[in-house]
Amino acid sequence: MKLFKNINFEKLKSGLTKTRQKLVNSITEVVSGKAKIDDATLEEIEEILISSDIGVETSMKIIEKAKEMLRSEKDRSKINIVELIKKELSEVLSKYDDEISESEKIEKFKPYVILIIGVNGAGKTTTIGKLAYNYKQAGLNVVIGSADTFRAAANEQLEIWADRAGVTLVQKEHGADPSSVAYDTVNIAKKNNADIVLIDTAGRLHTKNNLMEELRKINKVLNKVLDYAPNEVYLVLDGNTGQNAIIQAKEFSKYADLTGLIITKLDGTAKGGVIFQVCTEQKVPVKYIGVGEGIDNLQTFDSKSYVEALFEI
Amino acid sequence: MLEDLTLKLEKALKKVTGQGRLTENNISDTLREIRLVLLDADVNYKITKQFIEDVKIKALGQEVLTSVTPGQLITKIIYDELTKLMGGQRSELNLNASGPTVILHVGLQGSGKTTFSAKLAKYLKDKKRNVLLTACDIYRPAAVEQLRLLGKQIDVPVFSIDGSNDAVKIAEESLKYAKENGLNTVIIDTAGRLHVDEVLMDEVSAIKEKVKPTETLFVVDSMTGQDAVNSAKAFHDRVNFDGIVLTKLDGDSRGGCALSIKAVVSKPIKFISLGEKLDSIEIFHPERLASRILGKGDIVSLVEKAQEQFDEKEADDLEKRLMQNKFDFEDFLKQIKMLKKMGSMKSLLAMVPGLNKQIKNTDIDDKQLVKVESIIQSMTETERSNPKLLNGSRRKRIAKGSGNSIQEVNRLIKQFGEMQKMMKMFSGKSGKRIPNLKNLNFN
Repeated sequence: MKLFKNINFEKLKSGLTKTRQKLVNSITEVVSGKAKIDDATLEEIEEILISSDIGVETSMKIIEKAKEMLRSEKDRSKINIVELIKKELSEVLSKYDDEISESEKIEKFKPYVILIIGVNGAGKTTTIGKLAYNYKQAGLNVVIGSADTFRAAANEQLEIWADRAGVTLVQKEHGADPSSVAYDTVNIAKKNNADIVLIDTAGRLHTKNNLMEELRKINKVLNKVLDYAPNEVYLVLDGNTGQNAIIQAKEFSKYADLTGLIITKLDGTAKGGVIFQVCTEQKVPVKYIGVGEGIDNLQTFDSKSYVEALFEI
Repeated sequence: MLEDLTLKLEKALKKVTGQGRLTENNISDTLREIRLVLLDADVNYKITKQFIEDVKIKALGQEVLTSVTPGQLITKIIYDELTKLMGGQRSELNLNASGPTVILHVGLQGSGKTTFSAKLAKYLKDKKRNVLLTACDIYRPAAVEQLRLLGKQIDVPVFSIDGSNDAVKIAEESLKYAKENGLNTVIIDTAGRLHVDEVLMDEVSAIKEKVKPTETLFVVDSMTGQDAVNSAKAFHDRVNFDGIVLTKLDGDSRGGCALSIKAVVSKPIKFISLGEKLDSIEIFHPERLASRILGKGDIVSLVEKAQEQFDEKEADDLEKRLMQNKFDFEDFLKQIKMLKKMGSMKSLLAMVPGLNKQIKNTDIDDKQLVKVESIIQSMTETERSNPKLLNGSRRKRIAKGSGNSIQEVNRLIKQFGEMQKMMKMFSGKSGKRIPNLKNLNFN
C-alpha cells in the first residue's frame, strides 16, 4: 500500500518557490566569485540563516560545522560551500525520520489514531481536512472527531471539511467535554471498522495550564479506549512562527508525547526555519507541510527535498 | 507579557550594571548579548543590527556623567532607542464623532482577525457606539458562522450575505445596512490572506477603495518570526494600513515582531489582544513596553502617578526614615493609605524596577490591605513605632481589637519584619537583590 500517491516534488517546490528564490539568490550573491570563506561571507550566510527563522544558536552551529568541514576541503568554491551547508541542514532534519513506514503502521493498528494539537490559528482544522482527504484518496476509511468544542463555529468548519473529503465526522454540542468526543470517536471508528481516526483539538496557548491539562485528559482517554492510542501526536506549527515555536513544542510535549510536526502556511515568504531546532530538541521529524488552502495542498515532508528545494536555483 | 525578553535583557544589563566605567569593551559585551536577546525574541535581523549600531554610537559618543552609573546610562540609551523604535507615543483609534466610522481588519490567516473583530466591537459598544460587524471572509469554512456566533455573545448585529462570493459587495452593502439601521460604527472582518496572493490582495484593496475606512488595522500574531517585516510591508504597500494590532500576547513572552513591524512601516501599534475572552483587549503603550522589555519597570508611570498623589514633604520625611532604617508600622500605615489612593497593589509593585518578575506569580489581594490597616490601627502608638514590643498578650489584644485571628496578626508582624529587611537593602547602598517577594505574601 502506498500512501500519498498524489505527492510530487514539483508541487512542493512550487510551494517553496518564494522561499527558495530568496534564499538562493542571497546565497548565490554571498558566495559567487569568492574563492574562500571570509568573515564577511560568514556574516552574510549567518544573516540568511537567521532571517529564515533558523535561530542564532542553530545557525551558528551549522556555520561552525560547515567551516570545520571546509578546512579539510580542497574545493572552497561557491558550490562546495553551499553543498556543505545543505548537507548539514538536511542531516539535522532527517535525523529523526521514522524507521517504519506509515503504511506499515496503519496496517498493524486499526484504527490508527492521530491527535492534532497546536496553538490558536496554526491551521489545525484545515490540516485535518487535508489529511482526511489524503487518507481517503489512498483508499482508507477515515473518521474525524471534533474535540474543539470551544471555538465558535469550529464544528461547522470541520463539517465542511469532512464533507469535502467525504469522511465521517463525530461531534458534540458546543461546550461539551472534548475528551468525551475523543472517546466516542474512537468507539465509533472501532464499530465502523475504520482505518484512521483524526482528532481535532481546540487551539490553546501553551501557557494556559487548564487547557493543557485538558489535552492530557484527551490523550489519556484515547489510551483508555485503545491501549496503543494515540499512534501519532502531531504538533501543528504556523510556518510564520519565529523562535516561540521552540517553547511551544517544549510545552506541548509535556502533556502529550509528540511524534511529528506539521508546518503550515509555507506558500508565503516565511521559511519555517525554526523546525531545525524544534526537530533537534524534540527528536521528532517533520511529517507534512501545508502549501495552500486547497484540500490537496498538504505535502509529505522529505527533509532532503526540502533542503534541496530551498537551495535549488 | 514579554517577561522572557525582559528577563534576558536584565541579565545582559547586569553585566554592565555595577561596573565602574563604560568602556568600548564592556559595551560591546553587553551589546552582543542584547543582539542575541533581540534576535531570540524574533526582532528582524536587519532591525536588530541597526538598533545595536544606534545604541553603540549614542553610548560611545556620550560622556559618562559622574551622577549616573554606566549601567544606568546604557539602560537609558537602550530604553530611549527602544521607545523610539516602537513609536515614541501611544496612539489611539480614530473615531468619527459625526458620521459613520468604518474599521477594516486585514492580515494573514490565523492571526486572530475574527476574534479581535468581536473584541473591538465589544470595546466600542461599551463606549456607547452602535456597532455592526461585517463578515467578509467568504473563503474559510464557517468563518461567517463564527463571527455570527461571536456577535451573538456580545449582542452586536452581524451583517453577511448568504451564498455571496463577492466580499467587496458585502462590505459595501453593510455600510448601507448600517446607515439604514442607525449604526454608526462598522467593523469589517476580512479573510486571512497571504501577502503574495495577488488575487486576494487585489480583493482587499478593492474593499478598502470602496468603503474608505476611517481606520485600517493590520492584525498580526505576536509570535511571528523574521518574515513579519515582509508580510507587514506587503500589506502596507497595498492597503496602507493606519495601525497594528498585536494578538496572542497572553501566551507568550516575546514580541520582537512588534519592534520589527513598527520599524518597517512606521505605523503605530494601536491595540494588544491578550486572550480568548472577548474583553481581553488593551490599548498599546509603547513607552511602557520599552521599559518592561528593559526590566526597569514602568518607572515613568510610577513617578508620574506618585507625584500626583504624594505629598512631597511627606515623601521626603519617609525617605529620611528609610535611609535611617526607621521604617515602622506608623509609616507602613501611611504608605497603605497612599497606596490605596494610587491603585491596586499589584499594579503598583509591577511598576517598581526589579520587582516585576518577582510578583509575577504572587497574588496580592487589595482587600487584604484593609485587614492590614485594621490590625495596625489596633496597635498603640508605642507599639507601632517599636514593633519589638509586640509580645503574645499584646498580639492577642490586637487580634481581638481588630477582629482578626491571632495567626493573621502574627503573619503581618512577620511580614513586616521581612519588609524592614527589604527596606534595609534599599537604603543601604549595597545594591543587593531584593528578597523574593513570594515570602511577602499578603494573603
